[in-house]
Amino acid sequence: MQAETLSGGFADPALQSTHAFRSVMEAMARPGTVQDISGAAPPAPLSKAAGCVLLTLCDADTPVYLAGDADCDAVRSWLAFHTGAPLAGPSHCAFAVGPWEDLMPLSAYPIGTPEYPDRSATLIVDCPALTASGAVLRGPGIKSQAALSLPEIGAFQNNRALFPLGLDFILTCDDRVAALPRSTEVS
Amino acid sequence: MTDQAYNFAYLDEQTKRMIRRAILKGLAIPGYQVPFASREMPMPYGWGTGGVQVSAAVLTPDDTFKVIDQGADDTTNAVSIRSFFERTAGVETTTKTSEASVIQTRHRIPEEPLTEEQILVYQVPIPEPLRFLEPRESETRKMHSLEEYGLVHVKLYEDISRHGHIATSYAYPVKVEARYVMDPSPIPKFDNPKLGDMAAIQLFGAGREQRIYALPPYTQVVSLDFEDHPFEASKADHPCGLCNATESYLDEVIIDDQGGRMFVCSDTDYCAARQAAGHKGKDAA
Repeated sequence: MQAETLSGGFADPALQSTHAFRSVMEAMARPGTVQDISGAAPPAPLSKAAGCVLLTLCDADTPVYLAGDADCDAVRSWLAFHTGAPLAGPSHCAFAVGPWEDLMPLSAYPIGTPEYPDRSATLIVDCPALTASGAVLRGPGIKSQAALSLPEIGAFQNNRALFPLGLDFILTCDDRVAALPRSTEVS
Repeated sequence: MTDQAYNFAYLDEQTKRMIRRAILKGLAIPGYQVPFASREMPMPYGWGTGGVQVSAAVLTPDDTFKVIDQGADDTTNAVSIRSFFERTAGVETTTKTSEASVIQTRHRIPEEPLTEEQILVYQVPIPEPLRFLEPRESETRKMHSLEEYGLVHVKLYEDISRHGHIATSYAYPVKVEARYVMDPSPIPKFDNPKLGDMAAIQLFGAGREQRIYALPPYTQVVSLDFEDHPFEASKADHPCGLCNATESYLDEVIIDDQGGRMFVCSDTDYCAARQAAGHKGKDAA
């Protein structure tokens, strides 16, 4: 087992995960805001922020889908050691992580059922850049309008059309996190 | 000093992760009740076990925590939950609304407007607004999925036909973002207009019923009503006996056995701050 597998977790899980969660919650509650998040050092190609989100939210109860380059031995063993999350395909995952192109197609993920729309996947999208500019956002959590750099627009509009079903997105880049819940209208 | 026998904020990490995932889904689907595996807490159901679990999942050591029970900081429930988190999370506590970053509440929204830096956690007894109209969970789930909310309007209509006006005065149902009908917990309907467009994040926890739901900031929340019987946020038509406030929600207090009574602000922090600023009501000593 490599040293990289054993390191890079939260040194103080209770405190670091609660701070990380607050960043994720603020991001999810206020789409278009970019929050700082830190504490994890996952193996490449995962960003630090994506690692923090995985450590904060994933455990043996949440199947994780590793998309594209993220599906490598280093990430697999790191995730297994620190979270115990089982790996799954896109159709059975609770969380998926990877770059936007590798996460496609979005139709592969569970979007919940009409009675239980919460039983849907959350996609952790590792982005090359993440700023509060670009696509215009409106909806719950946004006072009038906000902006966020999104990999594309059409996919999020289609996702919004499924409301209250749909996928939720956590966007990560380096040590920053933002989110785009299914309730947000993108233009 | 944190009580070292417990994990930070009492709950174990796996439980907190489960609650945190439910909170995120709740924020993504405003007004929808997310099931969660509520734990037994060291207090009985009905004393805020849902709110306590949500607070435990969101608190950080940097937070300043306030608890109110029907607006009061000094009731048994509020005092014991405050000291619970002082012991298990080592957080600062306060009774001042403006100084708190996380406020757990039972059945009131503070009078002072909340800010973007604050989180309001509600203790919820019955999260399902349709429960007294349809006891089967399988049916109410279906009704929510089909937006089948006619029954709620029938209930409000029956109020009108019996009393001449909508007599529901607390736990008044609201519609969130034109989709889900939600129980705002038993807050007086006086507080309903504050639910919508609030700057703070609002989280609702029902421990016994095992449901979490949420309102992100600036969410559209509409109290159900009829065109000819519009929603009215009512309160006792008196000024506060202690601080003379006319805009705040009042409790009626019986003060003797001769029928004597006084009306006082239910929000004790609001009332105390006004009294400290020199406002004086007719019953003030």
